[in-house]
Amino acid sequence: MLNKMFQNNDLVHKLLNRIARYKEDIRIMEVCGSHTMAIGKWALRKLLPPNIHLISGPGCPVCVTPPSIIDSLINLRSVTIATFGDMLRLPGNNGTLEDARAAGLDVRIVYSPLDALKLAKKNETIFIGIGFETTIPGIAHTITLAHKQNLSRFSVLPAFKIIPPALKALLNSTEVNIDGFILPGNVSAIIGSNAYEFLPREFDLGGVVTGFEPIDILSAINMLIDQQQNNSPKIENEYQRVVSPAGNINAQQAINQVLQVQDSWWRGLGYIPASGLGIRDEFRQFDAIHKYNLDISDQQPDTGCQCGDVLKGIITPPQCPLFDHTCTPANPIGPCMVSSEGSCAAYYKYER
Amino acid sequence: MPLIINMKDNIITLAHGSGARLTQKLISSVFASTFQMEELSDSFRIEPGLVVTTDAHVIKPIFFPGGNIGKLAVTGTVNDVAVSGAVPAYLLAAFIIEEGFPISDLQKIVTSMQHAAQEAGVKIIAGDTKVVEKHNAEGIYITTTGIGYLPDDIHLSTQMIKPDDQIIVNNYIGDHTIAIINSRDQLGLQPPPLSDCAPLNHLIQAMLKASKVHFIRDATRGGVATILNEVYDDCGLGIIIDESTLPIRNSTLAVSELLGMEPLYMANEGVIVSFVPAQYYDLLSVMGASKYGENSAIIGKVTNEVKGVYLKTPLGSLRPLPMLNADPLPRIC
Ligand code: SF4
Repeated sequence: MLNKMFQNNDLVHKLLNRIARYKEDIRIMEVCGSHTMAIGKWALRKLLPPNIHLISGPGCPVCVTPPSIIDSLINLRSVTIATFGDMLRLPGNNGTLEDARAAGLDVRIVYSPLDALKLAKKNETIFIGIGFETTIPGIAHTITLAHKQNLSRFSVLPAFKIIPPALKALLNSTEVNIDGFILPGNVSAIIGSNAYEFLPREFDLGGVVTGFEPIDILSAINMLIDQQQNNSPKIENEYQRVVSPAGNINAQQAINQVLQVQDSWWRGLGYIPASGLGIRDEFRQFDAIHKYNLDISDQQPDTGCQCGDVLKGIITPPQCPLFDHTCTPANPIGPCMVSSEGSCAAYYKYER
Repeated sequence: MPLIINMKDNIITLAHGSGARLTQKLISSVFASTFQMEELSDSFRIEPGLVVTTDAHVIKPIFFPGGNIGKLAVTGTVNDVAVSGAVPAYLLAAFIIEEGFPISDLQKIVTSMQHAAQEAGVKIIAGDTKVVEKHNAEGIYITTTGIGYLPDDIHLSTQMIKPDDQIIVNNYIGDHTIAIINSRDQLGLQPPPLSDCAPLNHLIQAMLKASKVHFIRDATRGGVATILNEVYDDCGLGIIIDESTLPIRNSTLAVSELLGMEPLYMANEGVIVSFVPAQYYDLLSVMGASKYGENSAIIGKVTNEVKGVYLKTPLGSLRPLPMLNADPLPRIC
């Protein structure tokens, strides 16, 4: 991998030189947390001129999961909670799953929902279903497997989110000031680049579906600069090696078979219509909310956390007064500090 | 304003055992202050020439590709003694065993302890065994205490480190963690990656014979990045690591991308980080001649150019490599 990067080093510097010719301010939001991490990992901000502003968007699935999801679980007993690792330190209103595990809750980290299915052969198991379009098809598929195998001990707590409605909600809020988007690579592999056509149509904004190598990101910045200069906002696809215009139809079907669109609460952003997925009635027996009568109605505590503004690109994490004072990865006040993909955690780790 | 109850301050969580900031905080606020220890160290010079160290070993799974808890309990403590510059000589071992544990497994573990001790040239001289009720422990835990002799002319310390010192590692980074994750969580990697678990005392002695060395540390919990940060905290000199020179297997890079974990923060059981004056540029060939030094590489240098620990990416940009607060968690998708 490193060799490959070396070979590409020339190209990186060519791309940087091209970017440097543009002198106007341009504000680009990377929607996806993996882009945030890649930008930090390669310290790309240090290589870019100061007029290129990169803003981290709402694309970290853990960050936008509301506290009620955690709150609803931590008092359960005689049930195993299976979860992706980075949910463990997500703050609820009464502590984290990691705290609850220390106090006796059976919490297991799994790498795939299929691992949770295995656990359910022995114990009552709730899998926390978080994620965007990338992760959702696998979880939907797991629910159909549980259905086929009649695994009554398995259920999923649905906290799924979908990206395009969140972008729409973001742009409808008056405070946001963005010139173009670096659009998710992996999510787009499922939903296709066509899913973003509303951006130029409704908001007169362009975006580039982008991969995760430095060259991908720098190419996307160049493409967005070109769009800006020519005043021609459009959706372009820099990541054609993975993403097609229509996306992965099979995966979309797997989702639709089991899940249906519903309104959803995003931590930091609030309530967004038609931005989440719930479990269809036919699969209700696998819906943990129904099965355990979980309360996931949301009351946001006022902690002073400004994740919402960070996610909307109104402030950068260091502008939050709590950043690096009371809020650190060891003691995250807000969700953006929890996940390795969260904007505040990425800033804390790479950009302080 | 609703209160956020932070239980972390009241009870022990796994993060307290991760080797990162929270572990340090626990040691300094509970142990060191109560025991009136001056230094937060895991080894101690009892009297001139005599070094003692102790280490408790818990690992899941107990048997893993490349070793088991017994081998680990010997090599871990041998390495702790060896990085102080001392020649490890004796080990004591204490076992906590769960009721129901198969004696055949215990025999396997003890046999590997003996093999590892023979390879390291140390004698296991005494021990203790306790059995606890079923479910009151998970299988077996082993604590070992090591004793070694420190030659008069060896003084390894962070205070010896100077600007321009080269930073050398002896082996691939991350192998142990990848081996453990693969076998514990059944990632199904083929062939299964092996832990690097090995006694490094002979390698270290060869290095000390061939060259002046300022400081050595074994990069266990918290990995290479944590050690570099501890060194910076101690001596105040900046460190720049060159990412393109890091010895990391492609398979490790691939898995770590997938899980969102950085190899530089992964625990190793056969990796030492050494600080060596710049003029000893041929030390690599000495290390390369040793079984556990074949993949040695200079990964960076000590410098006044920066404050803190930084990684130079292959693009030439610098990014901070901070100390983590707790073990990194594998991330979603
Ligand atoms: S620094 Fe912490 S409190 Fe501030 S916005 Fe980020 S997560 Fe929220």
